[in-house]
Amino acid sequence: MAYMHIGKDFVPPDVPGKVTGRIKYAEDYARDGMVYARLLTSPVPHGRVVNIDASAALAMEGVFGILTADDVYPDGEPQSPSLKVLTNEPTLMGEPILAVAAIDEKTAEDAIAAISLTIERLPFVLDPLDSLSEGGANAYNGGNTFIFREGFAEEKWTADQVASFRSGNEPTAEAQQSWEYGDLAAGFAAADFVHETTFSTAGYPHMSMEPRSAMAYWENGKCFLHGTSQSLSAIAEPMAAIVGVPLEDFVFINEATGGGFGQRARAGSIPSMAIPAKLSQKINRPVMMRVTREEEFTIGGARQGLQGWLKVGFKSDGSMSAMDMYCISDNGGKGGGGDANSAAAGVSALYQTEAMRFRNTSIGTNTGHRGAQRGPGENQIMAIMAPIMDKAAESLGLDRLEIRKLNAAQNGDVSGPRSEPFTSAYMPEALEMGAAQFDWEGKKGRARQTNGSKVRGLGIGQGYHNAGRSGMDGIVRLMPSGRLQIHNGVGNLGTYSYASTSRAAAEVLKMAWENCDVVTGRTDRHLPITSPQDGSNSIFTNTRTCFGAAQDLLAKMKEIAAMDFGGDVADYDVDGVRVHQIADNTVGMTYAEVAQRGMELGGKFSGESDLPEELNTLTALSVSRLAGSALMGIYHDPSHSNNPPGFTVTFTEIELDKETGKFEILDLVTIAECGTVVHPQGVANQLRGGAVWGIGLSVLERHLYDPQNGLPASSGFWQSKIPTYLDTPAEIGTGWVDLPDPENPVGARGIGEPSMGAVSAALNAAISDALGGHMFDAAPVTTDMIINHIAGVSEDATPLAQNNFRG
Amino acid sequence: MNPKLTRRRFIKGVIASGAAATSTTIWYTANGQSRPAGAVERMIRININGQMRNVDVAPQETLASTLRYKLGLTGTKLGCNRGECGACTVLVDDIPSYACSILTHSVKNMRVESVEGLEAANGDLHPVQQAFVDELSPQCGYCTPGQVMSAVGLLRSNPNPTREEARQAMAGNICRCGSYDSYLNGVMRAAQIG
Repeated sequence: MAYMHIGKDFVPPDVPGKVTGRIKYAEDYARDGMVYARLLTSPVPHGRVVNIDASAALAMEGVFGILTADDVYPDGEPQSPSLKVLTNEPTLMGEPILAVAAIDEKTAEDAIAAISLTIERLPFVLDPLDSLSEGGANAYNGGNTFIFREGFAEEKWTADQVASFRSGNEPTAEAQQSWEYGDLAAGFAAADFVHETTFSTAGYPHMSMEPRSAMAYWENGKCFLHGTSQSLSAIAEPMAAIVGVPLEDFVFINEATGGGFGQRARAGSIPSMAIPAKLSQKINRPVMMRVTREEEFTIGGARQGLQGWLKVGFKSDGSMSAMDMYCISDNGGKGGGGDANSAAAGVSALYQTEAMRFRNTSIGTNTGHRGAQRGPGENQIMAIMAPIMDKAAESLGLDRLEIRKLNAAQNGDVSGPRSEPFTSAYMPEALEMGAAQFDWEGKKGRARQTNGSKVRGLGIGQGYHNAGRSGMDGIVRLMPSGRLQIHNGVGNLGTYSYASTSRAAAEVLKMAWENCDVVTGRTDRHLPITSPQDGSNSIFTNTRTCFGAAQDLLAKMKEIAAMDFGGDVADYDVDGVRVHQIADNTVGMTYAEVAQRGMELGGKFSGESDLPEELNTLTALSVSRLAGSALMGIYHDPSHSNNPPGFTVTFTEIELDKETGKFEILDLVTIAECGTVVHPQGVANQLRGGAVWGIGLSVLERHLYDPQNGLPASSGFWQSKIPTYLDTPAEIGTGWVDLPDPENPVGARGIGEPSMGAVSAALNAAISDALGGHMFDAAPVTTDMIINHIAGVSEDATPLAQNNFRG
Repeated sequence: MNPKLTRRRFIKGVIASGAAATSTTIWYTANGQSRPAGAVERMIRININGQMRNVDVAPQETLASTLRYKLGLTGTKLGCNRGECGACTVLVDDIPSYACSILTHSVKNMRVESVEGLEAANGDLHPVQQAFVDELSPQCGYCTPGQVMSAVGLLRSNPNPTREEARQAMAGNICRCGSYDSYLNGVMRAAQIG
């Protein structure tokens, strides 16, 4: 289909501000009379505050006030493992206990040093299996796990059960969570190749470049909060609740966000933004709270680590007949997540497993705040699965590409325990495109070729994430100036989806992009609700809402034209400037004129009546404040059917030096299968960025904690090493299948998360290939693990270790 | 990094100023207001973006702190405040340098350029900025000013770098979004349009 905007590159309106430094992040704002907050954080990984004596601090010149958990939670802290604003029951080293506001940060720090904190040190634990073992410490005061709707609980295995699991055997304890489909026993009975192994994948911090600083002030009873978030309008209502202010009196300001990657999508994962809001309310001054890199590490989120066992069977033709997976999920000291469940569902989706069983138990540790991180679960497990796919292919005498094509998801396929169909799926096409662009046929013969100490390895990876939601709202306004204002509540976290989804509205109205304004950045600009921006959903979700709102506006434009010029609405069309009769395009009016006419008519035309009944609370509030200001298009998006997938494929070739354990990525091509591509440069950026993240997962990033004191040893950019220019290829090949999805009006689905999983999978497969098929069954595979393997040294002194070295 | 502005020299400077600097107390705004000035002159003149600016600088104050909180030049970002990430990169006598790891007093006789100083008077973007727009190099944008300054510094010293030379020169700037490839595309485009 020929589009005017969809599939075309453009300059998102915030990009000039990013290259000039003019765009403002939360920490760049200032207000007259602003004071500064600093945090007193927990000095122990698990404890209980017994007493706080702040009298000396509060008597200091320049100190304005203190905020404690007792101020925030006068009725007691919520009994859940979720991150609190402040806490008297820390389960993380560095968790915020109180905040002090002062004339400057030095004074605030001096005041904190003058506070006498009495804290009871409690037992802590760093590895879920240590906590599971009889007599092991519990991460939380009420146990070592949290069961939804039931509360804290204690889960213990016998020492023998834990030892058996660490030794490589299937866990025998009953799991907290499970699902199953198909005939598992029959699947394994039909298998000609069966592989069984334990595996581990590491947790590691999100480490967005922008620390989660926030500034707040109150005016006329309203709270204005400059914060950081992946989402914009989706944050408003829950954040207002955390601050304790009615939605109509809360303004969230968030022009730009310096990275999110899953942990700034929801208010519950960034409750620290409420600290300056509540301090400001208490002392009646604007409060800036700058968050340091160390604090960002502690409360900024981390991927869940997995300790697992799996058994997978393949028939002689290469089809995956059965998969059995059991995971222990590291829930950390705060939060939790569904990585293991997503991992299993991802295997089902990518490999079309005929029969499958999934079991999981989640256990807390006194390590990072866990939650969703880019492709949670799927991206870890694909790094484990890719070498297994290669081993199956080798054992069954199949080409590595062919076994993947044989199991690939395509139109009409289903996945998961509910056998949910895909909205569309073109994985075979993606595999073929990637193979051609990489020249798999030409290069595959180079696998395991040696040159002195160096050896080549090739890898193919695949990624998946369900990438689209619905049920949100859209608002567009045609102004008396003739300009189109597209109100978009999508957060600005670097994907540019706030702008690219808006182009669906311009497309409907055939408007030149320069005549459109994207209205975003702060909630008092009256934004519609969006889904929290996680799960790669924005492109799918918000092209639907922008398209729908523009369709509503278009219908109203035609209705006004028919009212004024006669005939039926079907007799009219638009051309980007005028609404006119199809038969005689001289009969009609300009967009400016129809907007003016709509305001004169009022009622449904200007948002004053006949609103969609299902509008979400925030959207209804926004519409009520915009009513009468323009000719308005207002839309509530109904639910869609089926599962919109985001798929990726990566091919890579590496050269590994067996003397150093290091390797160089010689070539890396990564392909998106995400429906119609809305913004090619944006998709390319997601593929390239996902590739960098995939490299981090595969070989670099992991939590490390000091086992004696529970001190984090990876609180900076270098200890849990984020890939740099020198860790990544100088060029990354990209491409996309670009076939439309029927459940989206412009055919689009999301891609941000699976762009990472395919690369982590391909890289682990290539490392395994270079080492003659050796499987580490772990991510990351670090240089020391490689060199230890080559040297014949076991790196598994503590098998399945989490938050520490394995050896 | 400017070899004259090493971490060692930074630390020595802090000690020499008589201030007890810690990683959490060296950077905030107006931090000198509540302590004696010590032996170091506070009101100094520094050359920022071609203009001589008078500014009250505490002995232990970093250049990033001065730029952001004294002069309102918030384009210089603080990602780590400890010389790891490069988000605060500025040019000191044309050399890309981490502003979080330089004492402001140490640049009194040097030329400091921040991202705000690159645009032409008529509003035209610097070739690096324009190339970064054309290539959609930024993602979240938080590291972008630092990436811009490193690229400008590179192209002043080497107007026609190879991609590998650019990769090496930019290696001190971390991008968590992983936009390295897009930034390199921008650097190479800027070299072409110079």
